[in-house]
Amino acid sequence: MRKSKKMSVDRRSFLKGAAASGAALALEPVTTQAQQTQAQRSAAPIPSETALAAEVSTPPRAAEVLTADRPGSDFMVDVLKSLGFEYIAANPGSSFRALHESVINYGGNKSPEFITCCHEEQSVAMADGYAKLEGKPMAVFAHSTVGLQHAAMGIYNAYASRTPVFIVLGNTIDATARRPGVEWLHSAQDAVSMVRDYSKWDDLPISLPHFSESAVRAYRVAMTPPMGPVLIVADSDLQETPVEKDANLRVPKLTLSAPPAGDAAAVAEVAKLLVAAEAPVLLADRAVRTAAGMKLLVELAELLQAPVASGKFPSRHSLSQAGGRGLIANADLVVALEVPDLWGTLNSMRDQVHRSTQRVANANAKVVSISAGELDLRSNYQYFQRYAETDIAIAADAEATLPYLIEACKKLLTPDRKRAFEERGQKLATAHAQGLERARTEATYGWDSNPISTARLSAELWDQIKGEDWSLVNGGASRLWNVDKHYQTSSGGGAAGVGYGAPASVGAALANRKYGRLSVSIQNDGDLMYAPGVLWTAAHHRIPLLSVMHNNRAYHQEVMHIQRMANRHQRGITNAAIGTTITDPNIDYAAMARSMGVHGEGPVTDPKDLGPAIRRALEVVRRGEPALVDVVTQPR
Amino acid sequence: MRALLLLVAAALAWAQSKPGAAPSGDAQNGRKIFTSYGCYQCHGYDGHGGAGARLAPNPISFDAFSKYIRQPTGEMPPYTAKVVSEKELADIYAFLHTLPAPPPAKSVPLLEGK
Repeated sequence: MRKSKKMSVDRRSFLKGAAASGAALALEPVTTQAQQTQAQRSAAPIPSETALAAEVSTPPRAAEVLTADRPGSDFMVDVLKSLGFEYIAANPGSSFRALHESVINYGGNKSPEFITCCHEEQSVAMADGYAKLEGKPMAVFAHSTVGLQHAAMGIYNAYASRTPVFIVLGNTIDATARRPGVEWLHSAQDAVSMVRDYSKWDDLPISLPHFSESAVRAYRVAMTPPMGPVLIVADSDLQETPVEKDANLRVPKLTLSAPPAGDAAAVAEVAKLLVAAEAPVLLADRAVRTAAGMKLLVELAELLQAPVASGKFPSRHSLSQAGGRGLIANADLVVALEVPDLWGTLNSMRDQVHRSTQRVANANAKVVSISAGELDLRSNYQYFQRYAETDIAIAADAEATLPYLIEACKKLLTPDRKRAFEERGQKLATAHAQGLERARTEATYGWDSNPISTARLSAELWDQIKGEDWSLVNGGASRLWNVDKHYQTSSGGGAAGVGYGAPASVGAALANRKYGRLSVSIQNDGDLMYAPGVLWTAAHHRIPLLSVMHNNRAYHQEVMHIQRMANRHQRGITNAAIGTTITDPNIDYAAMARSMGVHGEGPVTDPKDLGPAIRRALEVVRRGEPALVDVVTQPR
Repeated sequence: MRALLLLVAAALAWAQSKPGAAPSGDAQNGRKIFTSYGCYQCHGYDGHGGAGARLAPNPISFDAFSKYIRQPTGEMPPYTAKVVSEKELADIYAFLHTLPAPPPAKSVPLLEGK
């Protein structure tokens, strides 16, 4: 048995060595030997038990190699280092055991550092949260079949939100090299097929040069808008087989592609519409990726004195009109910059027995879309939303297109239009101030309620973080918060898969750590229960993060869905809690956090206790550790 | 013109009909079924709003309240007479009237807007 395995290794060693070095001539005798071995095997009679026992107990001296100086996985780590990964998030798995060992020993467990995760969905969500803040991917190791199955939801979330994630997937391709039992269960012929519908690119390298080229290509593909998750399969044998001494291995140069910008003529047409419009609205859902992107969006909005109704835009800016559905209804031009659900923005659908639809936008309004989304569109998973009719559609990255759009608009400005813009800007400033005052008044309703209102939670939290360099890595910022930096809000899981929030916030906090930013998460209870082990990861790796729980003790969206069905069917309207709530017993999240080494406060039920609890938790976070405050809240 | 003004006045009076115009209800039972019938899910345990509209303080007239619950025109699921009686509607309405006004925003330091 052992000999058989060893022979197999020798053969595979040749195949990879030849590919690695290109020295086919030098290795030719090995070919012959391997071929002879194959021939002998097929022709040989079945050995007697004695002969078999002797063979197993005393393998030929030449085949008895017990150590290896430089496994292929060392070179793989060279490749990963060259790509600048700071971290690798992974739950350990034997299909990448050599890579794991190379990272921590050969690579010194530094750049990348191994981040221990308790679930692969956690690994990918952490990488997703990290990338949204850092603007580049974190690496993830996943374990063949079972690890990738666990990771699948995270990958779908990343794909739908166009987030770059770099996954190295262990697998054992050579069936004759697999250990009996589990290794077969943990091997696949085409492992990535399961997630190919919602990942951007993948490859299965069969040599180390192939690995390095594909890894570099994968990185570039992941980072080119529309960004997305990529996977490279690392064959376990390729990892474990020693590199030939004279192997001439190198890592190709990485050059990131410039993001696709809009066609000049089409951009000029959009500029004409924008300058001529009396009531334009800018929607910027996912347009801003960077600090520069936010600056450009502000420049465009100010140039035109046009309201920005969604996306990352300074919340105290007079042109910030977040949630301005009324604006859309009255707009004569809607310019959608990376809006994933444009149809759903321009229209509404009633969730009654008959799903009637209604146009929200003015029927005569012109609609423009600038989005890279359709540059990488798949068929099966319906993340792309309903088809929206537009007057101009530009398949390009919105942030990359903004400089050209701004310049095109500037060329068309006239004194008359500037005066009109100024008047519009004044009206919008008044509307902004009124909206802020309304939000302030609305926050008072339920101010002293128990369970605690979400507005109270938000106000108590804001009061204690507003003087810091904060970053809300999970949950929505209140309109009363002063958001003026691109890293202060996060767009959440792209596919709305529950269980994303907790690990993504830890990943984002990891990205924030080196900048000294205060990471804050408004953490839903149902979400946390998908993979609570991420709390341990945060504690273990000393990742400072304040999690303030929005604990409504339910999968509340589902409570409302079941209530809707019960009402529709006119029966059992008191039963919506069955199967949807997380009570009896109530979960003690603070105790759960403490059990994993995270500072835990709560459950807080009296609003008066909330401020002091947050204060105590913040002291822990400022020391560089995670803390959680469990707040029992109103449903929404 | 006078007829139009009278019509407008009548409409306003209908829209702002006082609690007294509503059938009397048991506020304590109203509080109970506000939760058990799922009203809290969208409107909050204190009717202060959430996924759904704010209901209190100063609820709309009972007629408008009742009409909308039976035949909602928006996203709210309907509560027909088969699942919520007129008496229970009155109880819920009475409960909404017990809910106090919130503090003025200016009196809340945390909402000063800094």
